[in-house]
Amino acid sequence: MTTKHLLDIETLDTQRIVQFLDTAEVFFDVSRRKVRKVPTLRGKTVINLFFEASTRTRTSFEIAGKRLSADVVNVSSSGSSVSKGETLLDTVKNLEAMRPDVLVIRHSSSGAPHFVAKNTASSVINAGDGTHEHPTQALLDAFTIRRAKGSIRDLVVTITGDVTHSRVARSNAHLLTKLGAKVRVCGPRTMMPVGIEQLGVEVFDDFARAAEGADVLMMLRIQRERMGEVLFPTAREYSRQFGLGRRVLSMAKPDAIVMHPGPMNRGVEIDPEVADGPQSVILDQVEAGVAVRMATLYLLAGEAGQSPLS
Amino acid sequence: MDPSNARIVMDADEIARALRRIAGEVTERNRGAEALCLVGVRRGGVPLAYRLRVLLRELEGRDVPVGTVDINLYRDDLGVSRAAPVVGRSDIHFDLDGRVVLLVDDVLYTGRTVRAAIDALMDYGRPRAVQLCCLIDRGHRELPIAADYVGRVVATARDERVDVVLDSEDSSPDRAEVRSTGASKPGKEAGAL
Repeated sequence: MTTKHLLDIETLDTQRIVQFLDTAEVFFDVSRRKVRKVPTLRGKTVINLFFEASTRTRTSFEIAGKRLSADVVNVSSSGSSVSKGETLLDTVKNLEAMRPDVLVIRHSSSGAPHFVAKNTASSVINAGDGTHEHPTQALLDAFTIRRAKGSIRDLVVTITGDVTHSRVARSNAHLLTKLGAKVRVCGPRTMMPVGIEQLGVEVFDDFARAAEGADVLMMLRIQRERMGEVLFPTAREYSRQFGLGRRVLSMAKPDAIVMHPGPMNRGVEIDPEVADGPQSVILDQVEAGVAVRMATLYLLAGEAGQSPLS
Repeated sequence: MDPSNARIVMDADEIARALRRIAGEVTERNRGAEALCLVGVRRGGVPLAYRLRVLLRELEGRDVPVGTVDINLYRDDLGVSRAAPVVGRSDIHFDLDGRVVLLVDDVLYTGRTVRAAIDALMDYGRPRAVQLCCLIDRGHRELPIAADYVGRVVATARDERVDVVLDSEDSSPDRAEVRSTGASKPGKEAGAL
């Protein structure tokens, strides 16, 4: 299925996912040239509409748009009419009147980008919605894994942390299983959503066992604001059981790679020694993010031209 | 596609002779091949660029570097008529500054591909000069662009399609052929810039 939106991974077919990844390879080259800019989206306008704090994702989308020669405008919830109580629909309708081509949306409510997509003629990209999905993160993770390992099929990928609240975990579980990886999810029982097995993943509550023989160890950020709640006693307790240090890393394959979507809590879910170690591809993920977002903007802009709406 | 309505405008021998002549013209005009490099426009221009390299080596006894350029990021019609085209990789692994670039394509038509290719080259450096070589010039220019080296000028109608077949997988002979497409069918002439 090709549409002019990128709202989730769940409804993407494998062919479309591979198209995103293959196209990103070309843009990866562009970002390593002397002139890191192509004229492809000249005259197009991209609005980054972020209702949640973000440095990496917003900057990544902004750089991606600029390297394609699009005009990029950033709107964040603080200091905007959103903080004055305007509804999401009104905000979107007003931005729409300025004729943007693409709206990149991050919102704390699951489904907000889908709602916006139904109410706008622009292309909509989900940059993270609540605990639902974060499709470009999953695409950049897959891109990074593919570059490191050659292929994703049959790899063992262990995703560890607060799976319930992680849109990164959800998007990755969808994407990696579609591409034929064996996905394990690991975390405290209190952080594991009921029925997660239905995504085709294997569930573990023992980190060492989950890491055994893995090709990829993907750590999730522990949200410190959830500390003290029932599901999460103390950082030290969590770290002892589910933090990635050298001991658990040694359970994985010798050439396993370590991933983290950022921002990292050093010493909580990941040991600094591992985060900065030779098996870490955490900064490769960030570089891949720009390429993947360039590919997304490029492909969606092409689709938008097909549509009678624009 | 019905092969019966195709007319061959260059056969394998004619292509080989035209390329030999072009290689001679290139070395004559540039007094050798010293500062020269070849850049093939993906995808039709790439095999031609490699053939020219072999011919230039025979004439001048030196290998000139060969790169490839994909023009899709430099198109002027993204989102105009169809889905975003599949982008390929450009591969120019040598410095273009101060070089004479021989840009090679199989068919010269509207000139829009060449415009895009020149823009792409400029993002890789500042060549001393860019010269254009094409095997077939089929007319219908929409931009003020002319080739420096041409294999053959062929009169065509807009609803015809020109294909250059080199080193085909079914080992059919090299050839350039013209066939009619029926004006409404978006064939290569609609897709090609």
